[in-house]
Amino acid sequence: MSDHRYTTLDGNEATALIAHATNEVIAIYPITPASPMGEYCDTWSSSGKRNIYGTVPEVIEMQSEAGAAGAVHGALQAGALSTTFTASQGLLLMIPNMFKIAGELTPTVFHVSARTLATHALSIFGDHSDVMTVRSAGWAMLASNSVQEAHDFALISQSATFKSRVPFLHFFDGFRTSHEVNKIETIPIEHIQAMQATELIQAHRDRAMDPDRPVLRGSAQNPDVFFQAREACNSFYLAVPRIVQETMDHFAQLTGRKYHLFDYVGAEDAERVIVMMGSGAGAVEERVQSLTQTGEKVGLVKVRLYRPFDREAFLASLPKTVRRIAVLDRTKEPGAMGEPLYQDVLTAFFESRENNATSQSELPHIIGGRYGLSSKEFTPAMVASIYDELSEESPKQHFTVGIRDDVTHLSLSWDPDAVHEADDVKRAVFYGLGSDGTVGASKNSVKIIGEHTTMYAQGYFVYDSKKAGSITVSHLRFSPRPINSTYLIERANFVACHQFSFLEKMDVLKVAGPGATVLLNSPYSPKEVWSKLPQNVQRQIIGKNLRLHVVDALKVASETGMGNRINTIMQTCFFALADILPRDQAIEQIKKAIRKTYGRRGEQVLEQNFAAVDAALAALHEVQVPVMSLKELPVEPVLDGHSDFTFIERVTKALLAGRGELLPVSAMPVDGTFPTGTAQIEKRSIATEIPIWDSSICIDCGLCSLVCPHAAIRMKVFPEATLCNAPQGFESKAWRDKEQPEHLMTIQVAPDDCTGCGVCVDVCPARSKEAVRHKAINMEPKDDHLERERANFDFFLNIKESDRTQLKIDTVKGSQLLEPLFEFSGACAGCGETPYLKLMSQMFGDRTLIGNATGCSSIYGGNLPTTPWTTNAQGRGPTWNNSLFEDNAEFGLGLRLALDAKYEYAQSLMAKCAENLDPELVQGLRESLSTSEEELEIQRKRVESLRKQLAKTDMLAAQALAAIADVFVRRSVWIVGGDGWAYDIGFGGLDHVLASGRDVNVLVLDTGVYSNTGGQASKSTPRAAVAKFASGGKQARRKDLGMLAVSYGNVYVAQIAMGANPAQTIRAFAEAESYPGPSLILAYSHCIAHGINMATSMTHQKDAVQSAFWPLYRYDPREARTDGQPFHLDSRAPRMTFRDFAMKEARFGMLARSNPEEADRLFKLTQQDINDQWHYYEQMAGIERTISD
Amino acid sequence: MSIELSTTYLGMKLKNPVVASAGPLTGNLDALRQLQDCGVAAVVMPSLFEEQIEHDEAEIDRLYRYQADSYAESLSYFPETEHYSKGPQEYMDLLEEAKNILSVPVIASLNGHTPGGWTRYARMLESAGADALELNIYFVPTDCGMDAQEVEQRYVDLVASVRQSIEIPLAVKIGSQFTSIPNIAYRLMTVGAEGLVLFNRFLEPDLDLEALQIVPDLVLSQPYEVRLPLRWIAILRDQLQCSLAATSGIHHASDVSRVLLVGADVAMLTTALLKKGPRHIETILVDLVNWLSENEYVSVEQLKGSMSRANCPDPSALERANYMKALTTYTKEYWYP
Repeated sequence: MSDHRYTTLDGNEATALIAHATNEVIAIYPITPASPMGEYCDTWSSSGKRNIYGTVPEVIEMQSEAGAAGAVHGALQAGALSTTFTASQGLLLMIPNMFKIAGELTPTVFHVSARTLATHALSIFGDHSDVMTVRSAGWAMLASNSVQEAHDFALISQSATFKSRVPFLHFFDGFRTSHEVNKIETIPIEHIQAMQATELIQAHRDRAMDPDRPVLRGSAQNPDVFFQAREACNSFYLAVPRIVQETMDHFAQLTGRKYHLFDYVGAEDAERVIVMMGSGAGAVEERVQSLTQTGEKVGLVKVRLYRPFDREAFLASLPKTVRRIAVLDRTKEPGAMGEPLYQDVLTAFFESRENNATSQSELPHIIGGRYGLSSKEFTPAMVASIYDELSEESPKQHFTVGIRDDVTHLSLSWDPDAVHEADDVKRAVFYGLGSDGTVGASKNSVKIIGEHTTMYAQGYFVYDSKKAGSITVSHLRFSPRPINSTYLIERANFVACHQFSFLEKMDVLKVAGPGATVLLNSPYSPKEVWSKLPQNVQRQIIGKNLRLHVVDALKVASETGMGNRINTIMQTCFFALADILPRDQAIEQIKKAIRKTYGRRGEQVLEQNFAAVDAALAALHEVQVPVMSLKELPVEPVLDGHSDFTFIERVTKALLAGRGELLPVSAMPVDGTFPTGTAQIEKRSIATEIPIWDSSICIDCGLCSLVCPHAAIRMKVFPEATLCNAPQGFESKAWRDKEQPEHLMTIQVAPDDCTGCGVCVDVCPARSKEAVRHKAINMEPKDDHLERERANFDFFLNIKESDRTQLKIDTVKGSQLLEPLFEFSGACAGCGETPYLKLMSQMFGDRTLIGNATGCSSIYGGNLPTTPWTTNAQGRGPTWNNSLFEDNAEFGLGLRLALDAKYEYAQSLMAKCAENLDPELVQGLRESLSTSEEELEIQRKRVESLRKQLAKTDMLAAQALAAIADVFVRRSVWIVGGDGWAYDIGFGGLDHVLASGRDVNVLVLDTGVYSNTGGQASKSTPRAAVAKFASGGKQARRKDLGMLAVSYGNVYVAQIAMGANPAQTIRAFAEAESYPGPSLILAYSHCIAHGINMATSMTHQKDAVQSAFWPLYRYDPREARTDGQPFHLDSRAPRMTFRDFAMKEARFGMLARSNPEEADRLFKLTQQDINDQWHYYEQMAGIERTISD
Repeated sequence: MSIELSTTYLGMKLKNPVVASAGPLTGNLDALRQLQDCGVAAVVMPSLFEEQIEHDEAEIDRLYRYQADSYAESLSYFPETEHYSKGPQEYMDLLEEAKNILSVPVIASLNGHTPGGWTRYARMLESAGADALELNIYFVPTDCGMDAQEVEQRYVDLVASVRQSIEIPLAVKIGSQFTSIPNIAYRLMTVGAEGLVLFNRFLEPDLDLEALQIVPDLVLSQPYEVRLPLRWIAILRDQLQCSLAATSGIHHASDVSRVLLVGADVAMLTTALLKKGPRHIETILVDLVNWLSENEYVSVEQLKGSMSRANCPDPSALERANYMKALTTYTKEYWYP
């Protein structure tokens, strides 16, 4: 081992290391799961890391993947070495340039973390649907199956592309490879250099555009020559397989790792063979190894170079004895005769027979199958079922594996208990919270064992879809051999549960194998813990003969100043119990890892961690499991897609219970349509403290309800009689409103839906006269109030909602008496975006269509298992769809166009039916334009009357009109997204939609970064802010999107900040919605990527406004009539410097720490920006305009 | 006749008794250079606050940890950067730079928070080149169960542990709120303090009536405040065999003369330098020389302690009788019912 350089890293880093070392221009754009490759390169270049040519690669973030591909194309044409990273929709956006780059025979490598394409749903997880979509672009395609291969093939591609001049798409499976941490052998710099032939690089530079040697490239051609010219590149493609193999051979000479275009593993006389590419090959290879040991004649062909597909090399890789072949595709092409690899294999055999190129007298029986879509598990047990199927007389064609298809019956069944991993592989599973550091500690454990023992180590991490209170599961393997087990652990010999409450929520011990060691973070002592365990847990401990250990990690953490960070304590206990390293050595290595990970955070942080490690073992105790007999373990019920239960009972609740894997095809919607109103059934109860109302102090302002990101604190007003059945302890107070005398009001918390962020308490203006710290709402321990508040909230929900027509909905108080139709989202605790959506849902939700750009709002808005969008008692509520990231404005415009078309059709139908209708009704329906709640209610009643009158006629037009008559009630179209969409990738479309003059409302939840992908800079990122892709501080001034829109003249534009001026926010929403043209609201949305205290985030918005960092304004075209002044500056002149504001946010403060001189420079420039902008806005406020209709 | 201005403080020979106390000016290299050019005898760097370092470290750690590894698409929210300055490094860098550009002694100042922190940072400051160390002990007891003995023992233990961990001279800056200042001063000297800096001004916070919030507020010293060190240095001078530095309310040469007369080895200035700039040192030194000359003193050493409690004509004036007399005189000058 001493001759080799081993390190543990994930597939993205393994790839980025090569890409950064071998390129000069790296154009990037964030997209999961490829973003980390760009982030690594940006960080390395920011710190001055050089490539093998001695220069620091230029890393530039573009506005979209299309932009990145364009920039790479240009850089290549001017002779640079250039690359990019992407996945999924991002790769699709690169297609046009990919055709160009290939057409011009330009050497480059695009590295792709292969990810599912959005179809019936978006998925961030891995499959080959993206890379298969670009296979016609003329790129060589090289598939890596593991972290080691991602590292190696990145270099082989880089080398081969310059030899062949054909661009390479190097891909590996998103998450399974991109995010798997594995011990790999890294390639030394001298080998990287040896793989890059200087003369080929120079040849590339010589072909570049240069005015000293001018050429014309990118011509337009006519039918006379285009075809011939297109065929002119053939010889280059024909040469690629040979070049790649030669490159692989050269690589093998340098590193000892041998690869071929097609690598066969298995019996020499195999009769049944699987052909595939990607990480799933790891699972197949494992199964092949154990089957061949028992004499089974099975094998596997791993496809490395998928394009150009070398028929001869493929056929040569197969044993001559093969009789049955299953070709596995990790993609689906509905309507095709088979998936791409399957078709290629068929073609290869068919053409070889045509050409007599095969020695086989008859073609093998070839079947195609699909597996692993969206990172669906693919295990050796499933592999076993495929080999079994190949033994059948008539194996199933176009099968699926990994799911239960009870509709078209294509799926293979498999026995999960049929296959077990080798005994000498240690398998550990850790259940933790995102916030307790379990994943970080698990990654460190992998590194410790991988880098300090001769063992190999692998880590893979599973996250849920929530941003607050998320649960993580870490799967760690340690083995004397390299680990290619590309599937989750099923029979662990170590299970750690880092949160005691998980035992009630999920089947933590299901994954435990017989005799496994269980480590439980328990607030209970070893003696009392047994009685506290759920019966299912007790049963499994006894049934599987598990060894149970407990540690009160929270207590140790608290005593050592670690707060709720129990990770190092649990990690120390793991090493003590897992018997992988001697204890002393393990502790020494843990401390080294802590120093490496947290060293830069300072001595205090280190000392706390060290103290926690030292104290952990004293608190670790084995539990004496009582001798008792328990009933057999319950058998997991089979989930049915056809039961009488409601969809929510059948599907949503199964998802919530973590049993989605068991749902059959029949249970799923065929077109991605789901019911709304499901977040309310989750009751995650993740808060430790909740706001408790003190009615004696409350001043009825409604601010707490307005700012709550989760609609978990609400206000209702009701007559006193309502309380006759109120539970004991239900609080209320007199409602101070002349128009509703004798009424009471209540502020009520939803105790199981609150995330405990504390924003409501922070904004509460009412304080006790006796103890100023006591407000009208105060955070108190949830457990002290849970039962009472649960009963209160149930009662509260049943109190009748206020009559919308009687409310002043343009006031804070009035708006908060409107029912929220967006509730209990999985957004971050204290999220700055969701209060705006909730307000929008309150004001217009019962008649709203939403087109939502991909991003945070589409994740907390529409990521299964539930959605926060909900309905009112009449069943009305927002209807929601997410098309894509880049097209959201256009998609929303489409919604409006459809509504307008439907309205016009309804008008024409009404004209046809007019003779049978009350003329006054017809006139009322036609002329109702107001959006006041009273008018909307009247219009709804008119529609009801219309339907009644239509029912009396048998005209076809009447039936058609009745079906669409609801369109007479004015619909509100909202186009929602973040700044990444509005400022960058979707700006072109947004601009077009704003210019269209159509009645749409655009809400930009402006966090100033790509929040969902982890805080990459956008054009909304302010100057001087540190963000990913701007780790040295953003250099350019924030784009003034609002003023770009104002320049159209007929676009309503508002810039708002709820925490600074709630009344202006509400007014802007009301005005934007009522304006019968395009409206744009830029909503200041704080985000954890700002590095602020989220509990005080709303009050902090006041600083943003007072410093004029975020001035508030409204531009209303309705006031641009006859020299009116449509621009209203709603905030006052700066009363605070930018520096004073900025130093309260880590995104700015970080720069002041890391580079004080640069911070000074950028802070001064930003202050100048602010001064200039304020001056400009002040002038705008005095400008008169006359915008014609 | 030339007058010898030199004095000895913490075993260091200083060219005159005027020292720039810990403050914003001594944290700035340009200002430090100017102070030296204007004749200052030594400088005390601003305090390294362990609590602040801990707070900053904890905040940065929290920033990186918050929501990290929680959601598959965003495993972190900030780019990791290798170069953000952390903890005491910035201070150490400043100290090293100050040592490089100054020839006068540079005294580092430390305000610790934990027993481990005091000794760790004391060693770091020593290795960064400090000529001496001033411990700035600022402890506000808030627990009724903690008695005076316990509070004082903390001070004593702390000074003892720091003394054992470093070799350079050690001064201790304390506040005036002790039941028996002479006793605590004596105990601190006994466990190894080579000097006492009298006194720390507690910067009491204010209350914002509008916001109903306690707000920190920096109030600069007033000339009358010199009377507190004046009295206690006079009382301590004859009983302690350690250096004494006077601080608080020293604005003019006359204040310097006063504190030297009662027994201070040096006079420390902050407010006056902030208000008038480093060149005020020149004025003070000229005025001091003039006063010494006019009053026929030949050296500062001659002046030092000549009005200590033992040496002054009326020691009782330093004691309670003085208070009674002053109060009576004071009230008579104003409206009285």
